[in-house]
Amino acid sequence: MKPAAFEYHAPTTVDEAVALLAEHAPNDGRILAGGQSLVPTMAFRLARPTHLIDINNVGELGKISIEGETLRIGATVRHAQFHTPVCDGVLGQLLTDVVAHIAHYPIRQRGTFCGSVAHSDPASEWCMVSATLDATMVAQSSSGERLIPAAEFFETVMTTTLNEDELLREVRIPVLSDDTVYGFEEFNRRAGDFAISMTLVTYRLEGGKIADPHIGVGGAEDRPRRISEAEAVLTGQTPSDEIFRAAADAAAAAIDPMEDHATNAQYRRDLTATLVRRALEKAAS
Amino acid sequence: MSERKDIALTINGADYEVSVDPRWTLADVIRDHCGQTGTHLGCEHGICGACTVLVDDVPMRSCLMFGVQADGKKIRTVEGLADGEEYHPLQKAFMENHALQCGYCTPGFLMLATGILEAEPDISDEDLNDVLSSNLCRCTGYANIVKAVRAARDEMKAAG
Repeated sequence: MKPAAFEYHAPTTVDEAVALLAEHAPNDGRILAGGQSLVPTMAFRLARPTHLIDINNVGELGKISIEGETLRIGATVRHAQFHTPVCDGVLGQLLTDVVAHIAHYPIRQRGTFCGSVAHSDPASEWCMVSATLDATMVAQSSSGERLIPAAEFFETVMTTTLNEDELLREVRIPVLSDDTVYGFEEFNRRAGDFAISMTLVTYRLEGGKIADPHIGVGGAEDRPRRISEAEAVLTGQTPSDEIFRAAADAAAAAIDPMEDHATNAQYRRDLTATLVRRALEKAAS
Repeated sequence: MSERKDIALTINGADYEVSVDPRWTLADVIRDHCGQTGTHLGCEHGICGACTVLVDDVPMRSCLMFGVQADGKKIRTVEGLADGEEYHPLQKAFMENHALQCGYCTPGFLMLATGILEAEPDISDEDLNDVLSSNLCRCTGYANIVKAVRAARDEMKAAG
């Protein structure tokens, strides 16, 4: 199938891009980044944007950098850039471990980190990473910049708190300390397919006790988020099979799983308990 | 109809200037407007990989890019693989290992494999499996495709 007709714009600066977005968003104008999710929905005619504002020629959006204690990922940074660590330390390695689970090699060459976050598919690995690590989204419109914490960004399936005239210019992720341990687990039925459930866990040890645990779950609910009930189980405890199992069960109990024709809620809940437990075991190993 | 845009791209080293409707995918531009029909379209939504081409030497789905975005880009397709009468090592390996039956997916697999073997000549069997899992073949059951790409990798490495 072929996409419906649209007007094409190729700005070369952010100012130009957000001005075009402000002008055309009210008439269903959209940003086009990697297009690996948007173009298929256009081919199906599920999306029929009247204007596409292609940001691939905006050079300043392709930057990835460490500023202070934060990794800044620009709007056109591709998934494939994470195939090797983009920064020293734990965060760079974590992102490299995760990227292997995103779609397939050719898709990763074109699709973007920020595009995935803005698209907000519940099964998006980058959305879950952003939620788990308390990323900050930088929303840019022609009237200025707005910082949105991840916890206030993801609303529901493919719905975020970005306004229609805002470009997700950058995602900022706090750098992880060298003593942070992590585990990532995902389950799907075919390589590269959408996650039925997935989790990312991180924590540190202080005097042998778990400190600052983050347990994020994605793919299971309508949006990715940290599960505070499970984190509370871990805080101040010595890592052990029992405590990991208790945290995993708490995560499974706390979520409100999606259902579809192939996967019922109880299955997603059980799967989430297993994945959280495995991720914690991986983090501890 | 939306406003057409004039673009210039190269396909296998040949220059093309095309006035494109923005909604045309790169695959449509390559096939219908540049006459290079070796690139096949299967699903047209990024799943099957039959339309994989090299864009500036990187394998991409030509159904998930618009032609207008290929302005100034260097495209390589299956037509550019052979060197005159001499087949590319991957093409030979596909023939020798019976890595195709109907052949519909073959151009996509060949361009995917070309891209990865040029970028990572020493790629491991395991990583190769992961890359090749991106494309679909309904005939062969994949075993012979994997065998062929491994053989071509070894052959290309030996040839330096």
